[in-house]
Amino acid sequence: MPAEPPVASPATLADAYALIQREPHTPIAGGTDLMVRITGELGSIPERIVDLARLDDLRGISLERSAVAIGALSSYTDIRRSAICREHLPALVEAAATVGAAQIQNRGTLGGNIANASPAGDTLPVLIAMDAAIVVGSVRGERTIPADDFWTGYRTTALAPDELILRIRVPLVPGRETRFRKVGTRRAQAISKVVAAVSWRDHGRSSGWTQVRVAYGSMAPTPIRVRQVEAILEGAHPTPETADKAAAMLAATLQPIDDVRSTADYRRMVAARVLHRILRDAGGW
Amino acid sequence: MTTVRFLVNGAPVEVDVPGMRRLLDVLREDLGLTGAKEGCGEGECGACTVILDGEVVDSCLVPICQVEGRIVRTVEGLARRTGDGPVLDELQQAFLEAGGAQCGICTPGMLMAARQYLDAGGGPDDVAIRTAIAGNLCRCTGYTKIVEAIAQAASVHP
Repeated sequence: MPAEPPVASPATLADAYALIQREPHTPIAGGTDLMVRITGELGSIPERIVDLARLDDLRGISLERSAVAIGALSSYTDIRRSAICREHLPALVEAAATVGAAQIQNRGTLGGNIANASPAGDTLPVLIAMDAAIVVGSVRGERTIPADDFWTGYRTTALAPDELILRIRVPLVPGRETRFRKVGTRRAQAISKVVAAVSWRDHGRSSGWTQVRVAYGSMAPTPIRVRQVEAILEGAHPTPETADKAAAMLAATLQPIDDVRSTADYRRMVAARVLHRILRDAGGW
Repeated sequence: MTTVRFLVNGAPVEVDVPGMRRLLDVLREDLGLTGAKEGCGEGECGACTVILDGEVVDSCLVPICQVEGRIVRTVEGLARRTGDGPVLDELQQAFLEAGGAQCGICTPGMLMAARQYLDAGGGPDDVAIRTAIAGNLCRCTGYTKIVEAIAQAASVHP
């Protein structure tokens, strides 16, 4: 049997904060990543664990004035079933539907996807593309970290050792469109080879796109924004010429790696085709 | 050690085990319910699938500390006990008739994923069935007979 490190299950957020301030603990929510780590097959086994399951403050999906707030313990299934997410954040719902299969979606959480900080995390490019903010808390209070600043290196985050992810705040922007695309070996249970999210504000024919975000996963040590491509699309319309230029810039900019799941060449080429297709669909040509 | 109380196949159980013990290990080692199988131990294969509060989960990824007060269904609970002995669940019967099992390692997990699919109102639709068992790998059957078996069971109560 795997290792069974000690686990504490605090009933309140204050208790959880106090506990992890005294000594660092590895949090467990849905366990879909952490329970694999206790087998010891992926490196070191966490020494102490804090179970977040009783912290009801971290649950629920609600509509605020100009944002959707998603509790960190929301599972992929919760997100797929949420009327608020389906109406306002369809790209996130789409991403949640590509994670694992039902067994994983029922347990894995959005907070966990963020904290696990895998460069291939399926929801992470969507959060970046939608300018989401990660609200974290500790004994010192709460602070908000923009998604784009959250992943600081390979599997590292801006989270302090005594902080917990509380909720994810996704601003609602009038006229914003977001597209998501994941490329994996099969539809279910696949870790992405390429995962993309692109968003923009559409102002009709009179003026070009604004607030363009182009975010990719599985392309670098962290999920990334590709600002050189955003610059091409900002103020532009999704014409064939713009799409060619943006896809070429993307291919020239990305520096993916060869690994067990794919090759750098494949990733670069497919990432560019995915962007081109998103722009073609948006342009209706 | 943590004392955890929950329901397994309708019966209350109490175990005194480390809180991080996997539900799979509690079922197999502490409760002697060896139906759920360990295939990969990392949530890829679905051989350890059980139903937790009405949703399929990989029991290798669930720490027992999160099972307190909850309801677990395993393959051992599918057959109904009657005065004339156990009667197979319609899914078990359909798997038998359609040849939906070969080596048997994936079968308990397949049955539980299929059970949850039917309980949620799923019908004999091929795509929906394949989606419902997308988290359960079978290396023997090629899935066709499994899908046929689930469709057959789904057709009994349309």
